[in-house]
Amino acid sequence: MAKLFFCVKKNVYLCNEEYCKYKIIMTLREVARLLNGQVLLGENRLDEEVTMGFASDLMSEVLTLKDTPMLITGLCNMQTIRTCDMANLEYLVIVRNKKPTEEMLELAQESDMVVITSEYSMFKACGILYADGILPLY
Amino acid sequence: MHLEYTVVEGDFVNAGTASSSVKKALKQLNVSPQVVKRVVVALYEAEVNAIAHAYGGKVLVDIDSDKIKMVVADKGPGIPDIALAMQEGYSTARPEVRDMGFGAGMGLPNMQKNVDKLNVSSEVGVGTTVEMVVNFV
Ligand SMILES: Nc1ncnc2c1ncn2[C@@H]1O[C@H](COP(=O)(O)OP(=O)(O)OP(=O)(O)O)[C@@H](O)[C@H]1O
Ligand SMILES: [Mg+2]
Repeated sequence: MAKLFFCVKKNVYLCNEEYCKYKIIMTLREVARLLNGQVLLGENRLDEEVTMGFASDLMSEVLTLKDTPMLITGLCNMQTIRTCDMANLEYLVIVRNKKPTEEMLELAQESDMVVITSEYSMFKACGILYADGILPLY
Repeated sequence: MHLEYTVVEGDFVNAGTASSSVKKALKQLNVSPQVVKRVVVALYEAEVNAIAHAYGGKVLVDIDSDKIKMVVADKGPGIPDIALAMQEGYSTARPEVRDMGFGAGMGLPNMQKNVDKLNVSSEVGVGTTVEMVVNFV
């Protein structure tokens, strides 16, 4: 049976295909705008679309994911970037107004990542993205 | 191909250097992305463990045409009860390690899930050796 996702915008349950059909998919540009965010890396990729999101400060949890969602995290150190590299995660949102170091950005650049920072709390950032249709992994 | 790396106790900035380099090597050899991910996730977890729980050590990697063999050998306190350490959620990680985003007790179980062969041997007060094999097909 198809997995159903609750679409907050339409107040209905939709299966994944319908979700895509309704173009609830968001671009990274939209993600940055919604989070009042700053794009630190990957300006050239902002028209790419995001469907799935995952939020965690625990890197070993992130390393168990089979999919490659956008990662929303409050952890801002070299391990955040390394974890994304190992897990093939290319879209990173860092919340709680934490600023990555030059060294982190250099490493992120090597794997062609998009890095967006936001001053919002994890809860607020996730709430906004969820309400606007970013899907959870489970 | 044989690769060797040294990991240093508490050196979280460089944790993952070995895994990154192995990732590049495997990509160049055209190993499928799914297999590459399994290899580097497992190796990265082992690398972080040697840095977080032990006093550093060595990473030895051998890449053949059909498989990769990885050995992470550290000098450290060792693991008194390996079966317990393998359980999801078991962790003795220090606060500094948790601040780095680790210490969920998920590393060893995740290595087990990602590799085709895992062997953990340890002597208390001496160190721990983690051997992993991933087949390419
Ligand atoms: N190389 C090692 N030397 C000594 N003890 C270890 C070593 N590797 C693992 N352990 C012990 O086994 C426990 C479980 O390891 P595991 O990797 O599963 O979880 P963790 O490292 O605590 O957290 P996570 O991997 O989720 O960040 C550790 O907390 C530690 O007590
Ligand atoms: Mg671990």
